[in-house]
Amino acid sequence: MKLNWFKYASPVTFYPLAGKLIPWFALAAAGLTLAGLYLSFFVAPTDFQQGESYRIIFIHVPAAWMSMFIYVVMAAWAAAGLIFNTRLSSMMASALAPTGALFTFIALWTGALWGKPTWGAWWVWDARLTSELILLFLYIGFMALHAAIDDPRRADRASAVLALVGVVNVPIIYFSVKWWNTLHQGASVSMTMAPKMAATMLLGMLIMALACWMYSIAAALARVRCIILEREQQAEWVANLSREST
Amino acid sequence: MIWNSLGDFIAMGGYGFYVWGSYLVTAGLIVAEILLLRARRHAVEKSRQAQALLSE
Repeated sequence: MKLNWFKYASPVTFYPLAGKLIPWFALAAAGLTLAGLYLSFFVAPTDFQQGESYRIIFIHVPAAWMSMFIYVVMAAWAAAGLIFNTRLSSMMASALAPTGALFTFIALWTGALWGKPTWGAWWVWDARLTSELILLFLYIGFMALHAAIDDPRRADRASAVLALVGVVNVPIIYFSVKWWNTLHQGASVSMTMAPKMAATMLLGMLIMALACWMYSIAAALARVRCIILEREQQAEWVANLSREST
Repeated sequence: MIWNSLGDFIAMGGYGFYVWGSYLVTAGLIVAEILLLRARRHAVEKSRQAQALLSE
């Protein structure tokens, strides 16, 4: 049997599918968060240099990863919307933006609270921090531009261009600690080198990152379902939905 | 066991403000997002019900 992926490129078929998937992603997010928090606070040892303040890493790094990853996914959906003119793709991009902005803010916030005890400053204008702040502005700009244009399809196209231009910032964030002399430390985990931390610390961080993934998927699917209903209210299939419980 | 008492756990070796400030604000923001999503959902449902009444 051939699976037709394009079947789910239409809001009509994607809407119920998303509804079925949300509880599973939410459940996975909750379970992984509990496991991750247990590892973060009760298994991972105290850091010999930073004491207990390093425990911020278990949200800071996953949030920072998500902030960049969600942006790339959002821009990819926006690009698909531009190229194939599929309205669901653009809706997915819009659904991801607030969650991406949330994780960007969390990364900046926890970074400030970690920077104060370790560097002695809440904020410094180094390349890593500044480029991450620009990422937050890109998310806000994407949402604001979309909201400012009344015709949703025009708004999709305009904000897609903004999202695509902004992608250039993601490698800048990622490589900033290599390209410039930053106060921010280099990557703790990279593809090419062995991680520079204890195994239980790494495991806790990876599980928290996985929890953030599951949460982001659940939140984006829940939001895209709202967007579909808002935008397709005039469509017959949406009108028929009200007969059943949604 | 890393912690000897609850007080020890809350103090976080003197970094309690920074550690809990990170975790509680993150938790609060995620709960806020979930509530906002729920509110948006309810708003859409309401407007759909109103439209269904109009079309009848």
